[in-house]
Amino acid sequence: MNILVVLEDNNGAIHRMSLEAIVAAQEISLKLKSNITVLAMGKNADALALEASKYELNEILKINSSSLNGYSSDGYAIAIEQIILENDFRYVFFGHTYQVRDYVPKISAKLMRPFLADNIKMSTSDGSIEFTKQTFNAKLLADIQTSDSGVYLVSFQSASFSSDDLRSGSSEIKKIDIEIDETQIKNTYEEPFQESAGGVDLTSADIIVSVGRGIGEADNISIAKDLALALGGQLSSSRPVVDAGWLSPDHQVGSSGQSVSPKLYLALGISGAIQHVVGMKGSKNIVAINKDPEAPIFEIANYGIVGDIFEIVPKLIESLK
Amino acid sequence: MKIAVLVKQVPGSESPLSIADNNIWLDEEKVAYIMNESDNYALEEALLLKEGTQDCEVVVVSLGPERVKKIIREGLAKGADRGIHLNINSNDLTDPLSIAKIFADALKSENFDLILSGLQSDDLGHGQTGIIIGELLNMSTGSLAVSTKLDGNQIAIKQELEAGFFQNVRMTLPASITIQSGLNTPRYPSLKGIMGAKKKEIKTLDIDSLDQSLKISKLYLPSSSNEITMIDGSSDQIVESLVKVFKSEIKI
Repeated sequence: MNILVVLEDNNGAIHRMSLEAIVAAQEISLKLKSNITVLAMGKNADALALEASKYELNEILKINSSSLNGYSSDGYAIAIEQIILENDFRYVFFGHTYQVRDYVPKISAKLMRPFLADNIKMSTSDGSIEFTKQTFNAKLLADIQTSDSGVYLVSFQSASFSSDDLRSGSSEIKKIDIEIDETQIKNTYEEPFQESAGGVDLTSADIIVSVGRGIGEADNISIAKDLALALGGQLSSSRPVVDAGWLSPDHQVGSSGQSVSPKLYLALGISGAIQHVVGMKGSKNIVAINKDPEAPIFEIANYGIVGDIFEIVPKLIESLK
Repeated sequence: MKIAVLVKQVPGSESPLSIADNNIWLDEEKVAYIMNESDNYALEEALLLKEGTQDCEVVVVSLGPERVKKIIREGLAKGADRGIHLNINSNDLTDPLSIAKIFADALKSENFDLILSGLQSDDLGHGQTGIIIGELLNMSTGSLAVSTKLDGNQIAIKQELEAGFFQNVRMTLPASITIQSGLNTPRYPSLKGIMGAKKKEIKTLDIDSLDQSLKISKLYLPSSSNEITMIDGSSDQIVESLVKVFKSEIKI
């Protein structure tokens, strides 16, 4: 069985989530007889291929095409579709990045083959892989089997596998040519940019007090601010708080915002939706207070309190003084 | 200019989620349904574009059983001009590819200039349907738009990337774009809008069963593989325990 892993470029280095996808492929190859091919493309294809050559893989395919020097969803989809059609891959693995969300559904449409997105686990049976993803805002899990013959496009959620588990080896780089009809590239992309840095750097904070929808309204945020102060920490939030305009975007923790790994992450009224959790699951200690005992945050927290933040937080602040 | 907004009916965040006996879907009897949140933002974006454009029609489209007419009417009440109900008597639509094909086949002859949909649904959250539809209809596609601006036969979007980055993208029409939550403030329907919605057309197209290649083999509650320590008691007891945990376990 042949597995293709598509490498995403992170400024000349293989994106961490692509490394995690390689780990997933290497795990499968321990259980099911399989060959692993990786694909390096884009303006830094040479660097990505070189980096990949130190891992235990069967083959590295490298595309140097000027049409792919800048990212475009059409360009990437056309190139990968061609690679898939010219080879016999059973699975194509990706990290579930925003870029992958942008172009892989187009490959799914071109091939009329399913894209199983954002998986957190996999298991093998009968020579095929069963994938697990979170559904209903992480409240339920769904297992999805892959027993058709025909290729499956698969992406993995951040940190579902660890690049610490990469097995090293060495493999050959094979340069391949593909045809891209530039008239098929319909969008024009400018360079990515960051909005004005707000001065809230959460990535170096040791202690973070974070608020979610459960804080209720803008005025209530003061209790979280006071708690952060009492603990000597920083204030952050999940996306809905920023969308509502209660805190500025630089407070946002999650896939679209900052990724944090403090010693203590205190989650107040945060349900634990996927896009938030991927930004804080690296925290050493997670304490969650939520009035809903079924909130998914309790799946990843170390300490949990089912209770009213408006009763507990003020008393906590008093106790800490 | 013709804009389609694709809206999905999903369980609300407070809805019970009890699993059906077959263990592959929910017991729908108990579900409290709402319009998917990011689709609501897509609808608002379409209505804003309509307000800024001469001669513009917004059509709300939803796939599902009879109950989805409710969210189509909601869209009409907010200002959409007409609705299309793709009527399918199925409760477990799980495969974005076959779902997208239904939309693409049904909407092809309408020749929409723009198709807007939420970035993902709050039930299965595959996050692909709008992009697949665009690709099937040979439209340009874009995802995670946090702003849109029409410019002749092009549309400029600001696309959200990870870690606080953004990217400006110019797309040619026709385009299918998935919309990120929070980019606008969705309006509430006025009483006039609600009354007026009753006179607006909802076309119903019956869809046969579909052939899904992505199926759920099991739907279940996560078991706590993580060893969480629950702290309970009165608020005073909780606070006392928590301070102890801070000092002796977490050491802060």
